[in-house]
Amino acid sequence: MPDLDVYPNGSQLSHEEIRRYSRHLLMPEVGLDGQKRLKAASVLVIGTGGLGSPVALYLAAAGVGRIGLVDYDVVEFTNLQRQVIHGTSTLGVEKVISARQRLLDLNPDIRVDVYNEPFTSENAARIAEPYALIVDGTDNFPTRYLVNDICVLTGKPNVYGSIFRFEGQVSVFWAKHGPCYRCLFPEPPPPGLVPSCAEGGVFGVLPGTIGTLQAAETLKLILGIGEPLLGRLLLYDALSQSFDEVRLKKNPHCRICSDKPEIRELIDYEAFCGVPGHDREAGRLSQEWEIEPRDLAARLARGEKLRLIDVREPHELQISQLAGAELIPLGSLAARMHELDSAQETVLFCKSGSRSARALELLAGAGFRKLKNLHGGINAWAEQVDPSLAIY
Amino acid sequence: MIDIRIPAPLRPYADGQKEIGVSGETIAEALEDLARRYPAMQPHLFDEGGALRPYVNLFLNGQEVGPFNGGTRLHSGDRLVIVPSIAGGAPAAGAPLAPG
Repeated sequence: MPDLDVYPNGSQLSHEEIRRYSRHLLMPEVGLDGQKRLKAASVLVIGTGGLGSPVALYLAAAGVGRIGLVDYDVVEFTNLQRQVIHGTSTLGVEKVISARQRLLDLNPDIRVDVYNEPFTSENAARIAEPYALIVDGTDNFPTRYLVNDICVLTGKPNVYGSIFRFEGQVSVFWAKHGPCYRCLFPEPPPPGLVPSCAEGGVFGVLPGTIGTLQAAETLKLILGIGEPLLGRLLLYDALSQSFDEVRLKKNPHCRICSDKPEIRELIDYEAFCGVPGHDREAGRLSQEWEIEPRDLAARLARGEKLRLIDVREPHELQISQLAGAELIPLGSLAARMHELDSAQETVLFCKSGSRSARALELLAGAGFRKLKNLHGGINAWAEQVDPSLAIY
Repeated sequence: MIDIRIPAPLRPYADGQKEIGVSGETIAEALEDLARRYPAMQPHLFDEGGALRPYVNLFLNGQEVGPFNGGTRLHSGDRLVIVPSIAGGAPAAGAPLAPG
């Protein structure tokens, strides 16, 4: 078991702390020395969303003395289905503030540092510096590569977790002792080819499972007990309730953790991944392809002959529908393209505009020109035009 | 018969199946058989030149298969696991999209 930079010398537990951690102290694997190690430890959690919620909660409950939280979002209503560190009472509050409040309620004896900013190449070294270990609870490829690289460059372990719909992955990447994230994934998939969970949804309890596994790995590393997931990737499937484990090898040609690394400092991760990590407006189509909900409503009201194509999945029609729209799910659009008429002006829409943007690119690539993408999707329509529709 | 575990992001291209039995003497043949049965998988596994895409990670009976080891011999009962790169967490605007 590799040793983590934790120096418990001098950390003492009060009587109250001894009582609080009694169930830990009863186990010889933790005991008083282990609990002091936890108190002396510092962990940086990137992201206070689905994964970061259980990670931070369990680290705080376990008595990890210093927890850093990085996030730049505010708590939204749709977060609460899985981001259990937040609550209805903190809707609209910065996530790191909401999370710190909950952690200090759970355990006022710990220190919680908050970084209400995106984790970027510019601030990563400064933010990561005080922490012995980093937990990756992010939601995008650029930040995942950034977390990996800062960990490799500073010699810190990276407790990795990732989720998609009903499936998750967990591992411990620690270049000094095993492979890093880049050894497994040397480069990200090109945007749009391999799907992420944007608009794909996620089973709310899944990040709970994966994040709790990350918390367990973090606590084991601090305590120096058990078998860490170094060089092992755990694959979890909530639907079949099964785990798969695969063995990872250090890539001798890894661009950052091999003997001859090409990457010696942090790079531009958004350029590397071809997707923005933080810019919420990026990824939009150019203006000429977009139509605003109010403009569409006005044109329909004038009786203009516009064909409306809904590229969502059939089950989403139960949530909201636009009158007169035809359903062609994005996945079957390529095969059903012949049903469309390139001479007729066509408006594509989905939940919030991302899938329909891909549909538009697909059709434009096939020669269609009279196309518009409903900006913001049916959710924006519900917000701006028809409040009787549900937003999801 | 070789068992291939299809990861969630690729299941929409394989009628939603998680495990698929294929035939082939080598890893390359097994993947070709998979792509033959589910043509929608083809572009997600192979590039235009027919080479395995670099972000498709393969594990044979739990052990990593290098990118140039498509010729590795298979035996009946072997299990191939495809491990995708997933960004995870809550959806980020502008990230690669789900198929539906």
